[in-house]
Amino acid sequence: MAVRLKAALGEEVLDLKAGDVVYLSGRIYTARDAAHRKILELSKKGKLPFELDGAVIYHCGPVVRRKGDGWEVVSAGPTTSARMNRYLDEILSLGVRGIIGKGGMEVGPFVGRAVYFAFTGGAGSLAAKSVKRVVDVHWLDELGIPEAVWVLEVENFPLLVAIDSKGNSLYR
Amino acid sequence: MEGLVDTIVDAIRLAVTTIPEDTVKALRRAYEREESEVARFNLCNVLRAIEIGRNRSIPVCQDTGTLTFFVKAGAESPYLGEIEASIIEATRRATLEIPLRPNAVDVLTNKNSGDNTGKDVPVIHWELVGGSEIQIAVLPKGGGSENCSALAMLTPAEGWEGVKRFVLERVKECGGKPCPPVILGIGVGGGADYSLTLAKKALLRKVGERNPNERIAELEEELLEEVNSLGLGPMGMGGNTTAIDVKIEVAYRHPASFPVGLVVQCWANRRAFLRIKADGRVEVWQ
Repeated sequence: MAVRLKAALGEEVLDLKAGDVVYLSGRIYTARDAAHRKILELSKKGKLPFELDGAVIYHCGPVVRRKGDGWEVVSAGPTTSARMNRYLDEILSLGVRGIIGKGGMEVGPFVGRAVYFAFTGGAGSLAAKSVKRVVDVHWLDELGIPEAVWVLEVENFPLLVAIDSKGNSLYR
Repeated sequence: MEGLVDTIVDAIRLAVTTIPEDTVKALRRAYEREESEVARFNLCNVLRAIEIGRNRSIPVCQDTGTLTFFVKAGAESPYLGEIEASIIEATRRATLEIPLRPNAVDVLTNKNSGDNTGKDVPVIHWELVGGSEIQIAVLPKGGGSENCSALAMLTPAEGWEGVKRFVLERVKECGGKPCPPVILGIGVGGGADYSLTLAKKALLRKVGERNPNERIAELEEELLEEVNSLGLGPMGMGGNTTAIDVKIEVAYRHPASFPVGLVVQCWANRRAFLRIKADGRVEVWQ
């Protein structure tokens, strides 16, 4: 089944099933290892500079280039999500409703609250076509381009529901 | 030598934007062989990404990797002394111009150098050979697949059966993480360090190109079949194609040791070569 979704997401994600194709539009946040640590540290202090309730987090370190005052995303495929397993439960407790990545994650923490979307690893040039603009970037100087949090506006980003909120997974 | 840095930048650009034709053919065949919707979704994305990379001259995968260079340096080449500095400068310029993702991070401070250079990176493997030509192979390789690489120090009694068991277990354990369909480089013998270098060098061979030793060529094909019978499939979500090739390179071993280096390469099988002749003529190819 193909479904169109708009981020931020709500309880509609609970109805998605592993194997569904989703076309995602709206705002998503890239985050890798260092960004996860930073997000969790700042959220404990109540100083997180963005709202993660209903948010979609993308495990991605893009190739970007300067465009005028802003940035352009050149290539932006997913990174290996399993590295972020250790932060998953806490990240989902912040209200995050969707994770985009590759390779899969621990299933347990998703049950009853969120879904894992897979995009094809390595297909960065194709993923970049769905990115309409860079809305913002956080902690660029501190973390560097791949690890910074890039706030991206995406349109019809084609994704597979690979782990659903009932605990079904497509991974072997 | 004038233009040497430009030529190395050209080779890096070719490697990250254009997936070699032998690999594309194997991926197309894999797409035709797959029946499940999920496997076809992933392989269709792979083939589209390859086309966009080539048409728009942008990196196919955002992880443009750590740049590794294998240099076969002719001892009589007049350019020997310039190669190292030119590779480092080309890496800096390629990062800015193509662009590449800056992937070089200080191990203590975690600070990114911003230009893919730093202590001992890019990695340069030197091999001094006869003659006056220099050949450089560029191998940009992503972190996701590199994290699945591994070393096993088998006992000689375990031998080739041990190699198969080790490789199959490792591939199964890694699942979708290295972005299958993968290419496996395997180095056997030569000591712990050298087996891994051999394994990485093996990836420079074309997909479908067998080891000239007949028995080793058979082992490559046997392992390819066994890896594919695991059913992990594209991105680890099930399917007929988990690997599109297996490459084995060997060196003699110590009688007490049976070292096996395994290097996993993702479907974005990036590589390019350049040759510098003594008269300054240059050739770039895949």
